[in-house]
Amino acid sequence: MKVPISWIKDFVDIEISIEELARQLTMAGLEVEEINFVGLPMPGGKVEIHSSDEQRQETKITGLEWDPDKIVVGAILEVMPHPNADRLVLCRLDDGEQEHIALTGAPNLFDFKGKGPLDSAIKVAYAREGARIFDGHQSGQVLTTLKRAKIRGVDSYSMACSEKELGISDDHEGVIILAEDATVGIPLVDYMGDAVLDIAITPNIARDANIVGVAREIAALTGKELHPLDLDTPMGGPPIEGRVTLEIKKPKLNPRFVLGLIEDIEIRPGPYEIQRRLHLAGMRPINNIVDATNYAMLEIGEPLHAFDYDVLVERANGNAPAIYTRTAESGERLTTLDEVEHILDDFTVLVCDSAGALSIAGVMGGAESEVNGQTRNVLLEGAAWHFTNIRRTLSAQRMSSEAAYRFSRGVHPALAEAGVRRGLELMRLWSGGIVSQGLVDNYPQPPVDPTVEFTTGDVKRWLGIDLGVDQIKDLLSRLEFSVQVQGDQLSVKSPDHRLDIGDGIVGVADIMEEIARIYGYDLIPETRLSDSLPPQHGNLRLEIAETTRDQLVNLGLQEVISHRLTASDNEARHKPPSEQVDQDYLEISNPITSDRNVLRQSLLASLLEVAERNARVARRLAFFELGEVFFPQPDQMLPLEQLKLVILLGGVREQTYWQPGDSSVMDFYDLKGLVEILLSGLKVGSTKFLTAEHPSFHPGKCAKIFIEDEVIGICGEIHPLVKANYDLPDDPVLAAELDFDKIFTHVPDRYIVEPIPVFPPVLEDLAFIVDESTQVQEIMELIQEAGGDAVAEIALFDVYRGGQAGDGKKSLAFSLKYQKPDRTMTDEEVSQIRQKIVKHLGQKCGAILRT
Amino acid sequence: MLNQLEEIEQAALVALDEVEDEQAMEQWRVANLGRSSPLMAVFDQMRDLPKDERPAIGRRSNEVKQKLEKKHSEKADLINQLALQKSLETERLDVTMPGRPVSLGRLHPITTTMRQIYRIFAEMGFQIYQSRDVETDEYNFQLLNFPPHHPAREMQDSFYIAGHYEEDNPVLLRTHTSPGQIHKMREHSAINPKDPPEIRIILPGMCYRHEQISARAESQFTQVEGLAVGKQITFSDLKGTLSDFNKRMFGQNVRSRFRASHFPFTEPSAEVDIECFVCGGEGCPVCKRTGWLEILGCGMVHPIVLQNGGYDPNIYTGFAFGMGPERITMLRHRVEDIRYFWANDVRFLEQF
Repeated sequence: MKVPISWIKDFVDIEISIEELARQLTMAGLEVEEINFVGLPMPGGKVEIHSSDEQRQETKITGLEWDPDKIVVGAILEVMPHPNADRLVLCRLDDGEQEHIALTGAPNLFDFKGKGPLDSAIKVAYAREGARIFDGHQSGQVLTTLKRAKIRGVDSYSMACSEKELGISDDHEGVIILAEDATVGIPLVDYMGDAVLDIAITPNIARDANIVGVAREIAALTGKELHPLDLDTPMGGPPIEGRVTLEIKKPKLNPRFVLGLIEDIEIRPGPYEIQRRLHLAGMRPINNIVDATNYAMLEIGEPLHAFDYDVLVERANGNAPAIYTRTAESGERLTTLDEVEHILDDFTVLVCDSAGALSIAGVMGGAESEVNGQTRNVLLEGAAWHFTNIRRTLSAQRMSSEAAYRFSRGVHPALAEAGVRRGLELMRLWSGGIVSQGLVDNYPQPPVDPTVEFTTGDVKRWLGIDLGVDQIKDLLSRLEFSVQVQGDQLSVKSPDHRLDIGDGIVGVADIMEEIARIYGYDLIPETRLSDSLPPQHGNLRLEIAETTRDQLVNLGLQEVISHRLTASDNEARHKPPSEQVDQDYLEISNPITSDRNVLRQSLLASLLEVAERNARVARRLAFFELGEVFFPQPDQMLPLEQLKLVILLGGVREQTYWQPGDSSVMDFYDLKGLVEILLSGLKVGSTKFLTAEHPSFHPGKCAKIFIEDEVIGICGEIHPLVKANYDLPDDPVLAAELDFDKIFTHVPDRYIVEPIPVFPPVLEDLAFIVDESTQVQEIMELIQEAGGDAVAEIALFDVYRGGQAGDGKKSLAFSLKYQKPDRTMTDEEVSQIRQKIVKHLGQKCGAILRT
Repeated sequence: MLNQLEEIEQAALVALDEVEDEQAMEQWRVANLGRSSPLMAVFDQMRDLPKDERPAIGRRSNEVKQKLEKKHSEKADLINQLALQKSLETERLDVTMPGRPVSLGRLHPITTTMRQIYRIFAEMGFQIYQSRDVETDEYNFQLLNFPPHHPAREMQDSFYIAGHYEEDNPVLLRTHTSPGQIHKMREHSAINPKDPPEIRIILPGMCYRHEQISARAESQFTQVEGLAVGKQITFSDLKGTLSDFNKRMFGQNVRSRFRASHFPFTEPSAEVDIECFVCGGEGCPVCKRTGWLEILGCGMVHPIVLQNGGYDPNIYTGFAFGMGPERITMLRHRVEDIRYFWANDVRFLEQF
């Protein structure tokens, strides 16, 4: 919402600087996003502000300051042809000090060309030599300084300015023509210097999306009085009664409808001052009648609609137009004045007459009944509409308009009458028409402005401050609440220009906000919570998740966090082409891009993408992510969200450096080692890895991971056909995908530690020759079985194939640690156990002790 | 024999003078004190001597042996010292050569920021509460006082899940972690509907908004919200709590500013700015020369939200706040592009 300061000053005196005003408004919730200076002096005495300026500015500042000595009101005395150019004219101009010849191509001066000295001078914004203005011929706002030059043989050093050149708008169609009574020679900044505040209007302050609203806030914040608008319009015409009839069919959707009539108007441009304000407020001036509706809307917040009354009479076959409002038939069609045909819904409200629909209520009119250059008589509509219904209409019809912006946020029905009166008065002033006596006012559903009851104790309870009733009354009265006081009880009635105050306890919250805003958030003290602490609950799942992250980071892995939105064909890459089946995904119905249109189901796929992304920049890939995947659940609204952990490794085991070290690439056992140490660090029960198959992994290099007897995940080397789906180097890529919620159930609350052994162990190495197909896990389990408690540790330290081992065999060498907690073991004891082990292995799997 | 001992001693001492390194030292020891040295031969010959000569020769032999041993030890020390001195003088590393790389693991920067937030609020008694990413319109909006077609919904454009859901309660990706406020309040008030216990939680999690992705906006982002509900919680407590948080998070001297704002689920609502910690409020590119950085949104829990959670707003009050770990991380580390966070390029991640 763009708010010119000059317009605000019609309603409230401002005695603070514009930046301070912006700061106070911002603090009170009317965030000033930018101050655009249009003539008035800018802070720091600068003519213009560039972004390179290092000075602190709490609010963004843009615009142009008009030098009072160089930019003044001038008077064109005569418009003469240019000797060498048809498209230029020479103006003989008085700047209050002397006469000048100024050159211009402004089309709006061409009518005066060659007519000799003018009867009445044309008042313009005159920029003298050396003035700093914006270049009218470049797009955007580019500063330039007026310098002496010869244009087509004529000396030029000054000019009459367009709005663009002075930063008022981007209009460069002609020079500004000021009102005839402008005093020649006075600084232009004194005549019409301005600044525009651009205020972000949040939904709760929709009431402030107009000049009076902002002025009211300023008055309340600065303790000034608001000058009310005089709505007493001279109504010199015959009574309106009988000239138009009015009916509302759905009062809930259309609580009020007001009509006024003005006759014998003349369509012409509105006064320049009004055009300037409209431009500054971001609207285009059209003509005096349309400008009056827009001006009144911007000023008090009530959108108005002007009908050509004679067109309506014609549509009614010469009778008094019968206006009524109704909801549309589903599928009914209407073409609005922007020439778009709309197919309407059964909730769209229409303004109609006996011949059909005239406009989509509160949004946009139709072309036929619109005011045009020939209009003589105007029927003016001001109404109230149900704001949610307007919103529905806007989203269904994909429309927007200044009127709809306001109606969709809520406009108090009381403003319908005020708006019509203000609109009629402006039309009367600017068009010379006569206003008919009285208004047609159909007001079936006046809102009950809520009255909120509360005590000073409530203020303390909500805001933590002690305010007396008088202080509260003063704060709220400034916003035009009517306040009744009884003891420490307050009864506060909402004024008839706002709809945001609720009933009951909601109303109390609404009032608390108003008290806090006007009192000043700054002045409310900072205190520490004194309320009781709530019952304490741990969050074990989160703690274990964080421990898991720490463990993996300690193991040298980089944590990543990926997008949870992906595309199904992108995610499908984590399986070989032959294994791809259509997955039932949670699909986004309104994706931004087709590459993020489903929720992921595979965290492995996310990590493979991370590997792909980094393969060119890192020779060692070591990543993990702990994150959710999503699966639809049949017959349930909400999906299953599972927390998964994926670890991915690839590339060299050690970073290379100047001394050649271990340059070999990581393999399955690097990954397995990591998973083992992670799980042991989490103190889960016994773990094991068993051969498994999974489409993403190499069939011979894949294992299921167990805790106790539950499968908690899978790991292995990525299948070559899967790897081929990604842009990855030749080295193997290893990955483990673990189900975090299963791991979580195995993490014990506490665990116990063993005492440090007192008696020395006996160490011994044993090598066995076994069949190639025999798995190490099996041998280790058999050793433990046979050796019992006395075998404290078994470690594989060598695997040897061929030669002495024999074909189809392998030699496995283990180092064993024999130990008893209560004594030193004798050679004899150890020897007995060894024999048991050798015998057991021989029987169970044909293992032969290698000697 | 005594002469012979004299000669042995002299020869040994002369030879000792020649010794200059450890190896020669050992050779000297073997030659002069070893098993087959002349001195040991004298000891061996001892038993062949007449009994009366034995004491003198024996004494003298021991003297020579002790002397040679002493000299050996002195010389060995000297040689060791010289060797040490030499090594100290000659062994020179190029200390500018790079150290051997260690493969360090790192947390994602957002995890780190989250943990800092958790830690500070944990010390103020806030516990962590997590809830789901996929929600219903009811929990994400309606129960939080965003009725259908409410203008505030425009500020939070949602991703909807395709499917046959109720028209007025579609399934969507949460646009904020606030649905957790309702979940938590309802869990608590279900335990004791008449007098539900106080709440003090923070709600971290991933959220989603239907926004064009750019350097400034992501469609997926993390959020940490906070919620305190009790019988004596005020707006001044909200100010104090967040002001304390800002000091802990951004620096003990950092000033906080509370401006009126609007969120449907809080009233009164505020935006919280901190004085720019880069320039100290002087104005710099990070704060866009305003001197302030917008950090948090907050407010007193709206009575309708309390009611929807099962808490009587006539008895209970509460406050809620929310912040974006990405924004905080970006400000603290001058990250220029929010898309870095989920792109997982090691060249970015390794800088944390």
